Amino acid sequence: MNQNDVLKEIGQIRSLMERSSKFLSISGLSGVLIGLYALLGAFAGYYMVYGFNSQFGYRDYYVTNSFVVYKLAGIAACVLVASLLTGLWMARWKAGRAGQSIWNAASKSLLYAVGIPLLTGGLLSCILMLRGDYSMIASSLLVFYGLALCAGSTFTFKEIRWLGILEILLGLLALCFPGYRLWFWAMGFGVLHIVYGIIVHKRYE
Amino acid sequence: MSLDWSLYDKMFENRVRLQIMSVLLANDDYDFNGLKDLLQVTDGNLASNLKSLEKEGYIEIFKSFVDRKPHTRYSKTAKGQKAFENHLLALENLIKQQQK
Repeated sequence: MNQNDVLKEIGQIRSLMERSSKFLSISGLSGVLIGLYALLGAFAGYYMVYGFNSQFGYRDYYVTNSFVVYKLAGIAACVLVASLLTGLWMARWKAGRAGQSIWNAASKSLLYAVGIPLLTGGLLSCILMLRGDYSMIASSLLVFYGLALCAGSTFTFKEIRWLGILEILLGLLALCFPGYRLWFWAMGFGVLHIVYGIIVHKRYE
Repeated sequence: MSLDWSLYDKMFENRVRLQIMSVLLANDDYDFNGLKDLLQVTDGNLASNLKSLEKEGYIEIFKSFVDRKPHTRYSKTAKGQKAFENHLLALENLIKQQQK
């Protein structure tokens, strides 16, 4: 056995250990698309609250109006569903090209790790909304989403951990600047996803 | 310096067995179909290599039924882990030896 054979063997071991325990079919381009959906959603939300008729930043509506709240929640739900579908569909496509399935041991671990903080955050936001306490929703969504990403980062690209930490920071900052939360939200779910998606696409695809 | 071959494990000369062991070291356990997808080998090839690893006492097998279909999971034993780590050490030594 010569040196090249051994190096090749070790490389294979390494790649198998990584492929078997990490879910790497997440597409970078789907991150960009998901970011765009979030920006569109944020724009629609902004339009709904501030309108186009007002001048000097006066609002047409206030978020205390419950009809507006449900419309905003509807937009958020649409963005969420579109993002999930896009992410899943593109991951399936990427996995299919590599001859793999997206339902394997690594994706199950990832789902389990991400699921707990994400569901907690989602339920918390629903409870806050039903109780009429709107001021914390944007930041708690960002914080819990960031925690979910950090929890899942051991089972996929390591860059996800940084994305998670930045989301948490944005969520905390959003708490400090009431009135600008939609901007932080658009920054976290929109811009950060796009930047992250481009980085993953450049590095791994 | 003569090369120490005592750590080198003949069991892992077979590529499939080496690959199975790599997967089991990175994960607590893995099932048959998962291994098959990952390694891209035939059922028979995978099964016979799993059998020989089990005979050697390197892996453990857990059989159960999911929806009345047999579901088999494999995990490494302490002995298997030690053997795999020694084998990697042997490969490492081999490289160091040749670089001199």
